[in-house]
Amino acid sequence: MEPFKKITGVVAALNRVNVDTDQIIPAKHLKRIEKTGFGPFLFESWGKNADGTPNPDFELNAPSFAGASVLATGRNFGSGSSREHAVWALRDGGFSAVIAPSFADIFHKNCFENALVPVILPEPVVDGIMARANELTGYELTVDLETCEVSDSEGFRASFVVHQDPATHEFRRYCMLNGLDEIGLTMEHANAITAYEKARS
Amino acid sequence: MPPKTMFQKIWDAHIVHQEDGKPTLLYVDLHLVHEVTSPQAFEGMREAGRSVRRPDLTVAVADHNVPTTGDRSAKVPIEDPTSAAQLDAMGRNAGEFGIEYYDMYSEDQGIVHIIGPEQGRTQPGMIIVCGDSHTSTHGAFGAIAMPVGTSQVEHVLATQCLVQAPLKTMEIRVNGTLPPRLTAKDVILGIIGEIGVDGAQGYAVEFTGSAIRALSMEGRLTVCNMSIEAGARVGMVAPDQTTFDYLRGRPHAPQGAAFDEAVARWRELPTDPGATYDAVVEIDASSLAPAVTWGTNPGMVVPVTGRVPDPATMASPAATAAAERALVYMGLEPNTPIQEITIDRVFIGSCTNSRIEDLRAAAAVVEGRHVASTVSAMVVPGSWRVKRQAEAEGLHEIFKAAGFDWREAGCSMCLAMNPDKLAPGERSASTSNRNFEGRQGPGGRTHLVSPPMAAAAAIAGHFVDIRDW
Repeated sequence: MEPFKKITGVVAALNRVNVDTDQIIPAKHLKRIEKTGFGPFLFESWGKNADGTPNPDFELNAPSFAGASVLATGRNFGSGSSREHAVWALRDGGFSAVIAPSFADIFHKNCFENALVPVILPEPVVDGIMARANELTGYELTVDLETCEVSDSEGFRASFVVHQDPATHEFRRYCMLNGLDEIGLTMEHANAITAYEKARS
Repeated sequence: MPPKTMFQKIWDAHIVHQEDGKPTLLYVDLHLVHEVTSPQAFEGMREAGRSVRRPDLTVAVADHNVPTTGDRSAKVPIEDPTSAAQLDAMGRNAGEFGIEYYDMYSEDQGIVHIIGPEQGRTQPGMIIVCGDSHTSTHGAFGAIAMPVGTSQVEHVLATQCLVQAPLKTMEIRVNGTLPPRLTAKDVILGIIGEIGVDGAQGYAVEFTGSAIRALSMEGRLTVCNMSIEAGARVGMVAPDQTTFDYLRGRPHAPQGAAFDEAVARWRELPTDPGATYDAVVEIDASSLAPAVTWGTNPGMVVPVTGRVPDPATMASPAATAAAERALVYMGLEPNTPIQEITIDRVFIGSCTNSRIEDLRAAAAVVEGRHVASTVSAMVVPGSWRVKRQAEAEGLHEIFKAAGFDWREAGCSMCLAMNPDKLAPGERSASTSNRNFEGRQGPGGRTHLVSPPMAAAAAIAGHFVDIRDW
């Protein structure tokens, strides 16, 4: 996995709660057997009309969000299915960080596996970010995983966590900063796995 | 020894490695695999030159993509080339990595969460994982059954271990007695309506109380299945005589004296008196009514005697906005009585409600009646075994005589990955688990209900109160 330190990018606001993974990537696109190529189908049901043309009413189609790499959204983002394709689609669609008051558990875990930074901030702070993104064309935020701060050029600054549990936050942050591969980490404990298997057999 | 919850006991028994400040490495007893969330994991294994550590603890099945029409035993090929390619990949991967695989033509094939229990593979005290959010189903036996993403599928294939941070525990105690004609589906929809779709986020849930104890194994599977719809990755019910009676004699359960020894171990699993949970929710079963969802997530649910809510009455601006969007999508007006909502399609099936008891309950409702002329209805057994059992009992004849399509086993119209889909604007009464936008097909409108409620709606053409049936 690529290490993640810091990005600065345009913020797109999706002011909806409980956005489920069926919306992030509809099931009909889960038949691919690769991890790539999901970007064009990101939020397809909301973003495209039945004839395939862009739906101008969909928030993320706003021209001011073009090229966004940070998504700000409502609580319980990524609920529903375990499909990691949702994270692949967001990454493939250009997003490196998602800011929300909370994330659904499976989606949350899948973020860490794919260098998509789940930025957890209090609801009023996220609401403020979404409001600024909607008001200011090309509003940018910096997401810094080393300092665990988001900031903008106007002086806004807020500390975030990537997980509510402090130890898990620290561990996941460390893994993302260093691009660590979880299978590789577990393989370091191969002897413990073998010992466990022997003890049980 | 301090008292422990069942969750803690199972967790502790599976610790391979732990150190301060890091997630725990837990051993996995059973890894269930299906065709949708595994191809990239196998590809990763191949690229890294890794082998599956415990193919003997890994079982694969074809379920999400398989068509349910035609005669499966005639081995009709799949028309959709992308579905066929994904199933081919599953077969190749299982062969290459030495994993037992039930393809769609196998007589033991079925939805992954149906076949684990029915074959006796799912057992109390286990840690079970699968790349599917409804893996929580298996917790009905008193197991930690955890859904994982594809990266973790690869991790478990390679290491037979799961990297897991501690979860908080929540007891959801369902007191009292469930009223007649209500089912486990009404219990879990009632719970989700109460605590919300993220009410159990970050928790492992244990369902307790007299109303849970009184449920059959199949009912408990339905309740645990939808734990994720309340945000919980893990839902569990303590094993008891009902559990042991269900497992005895199943092909992959321990046999003979080994079974009795296993039961003795399993009796140690329930939460100790005095153990505490991080949160407790109490529900009065006698207050529950047949549940019907009206919106676009399972928490948007009311009793069948209720009305479509008015978004203006919601507790927060976010909830109001969500309800407004949901009503537009669902094509519903505020304050419409639920029983005046007419439907086009009925789907009885899915890992939530496609077991033999579900089919019996639906058949009892439709026997001697006929599906409304405005409705197209189908029954999709969860597995070949369920189908054979239903046919041995003559249920298929009851359904067919009533005008239902009687299908082959698979995930079917739960998730629109196979030919079974709603057309845009079509409205369904469905026994599945998700009413998300487009879940049953782009533009489709889903109302989640129990099997008897779905069956009655098929006959009447609109929702009816099963208690008056």
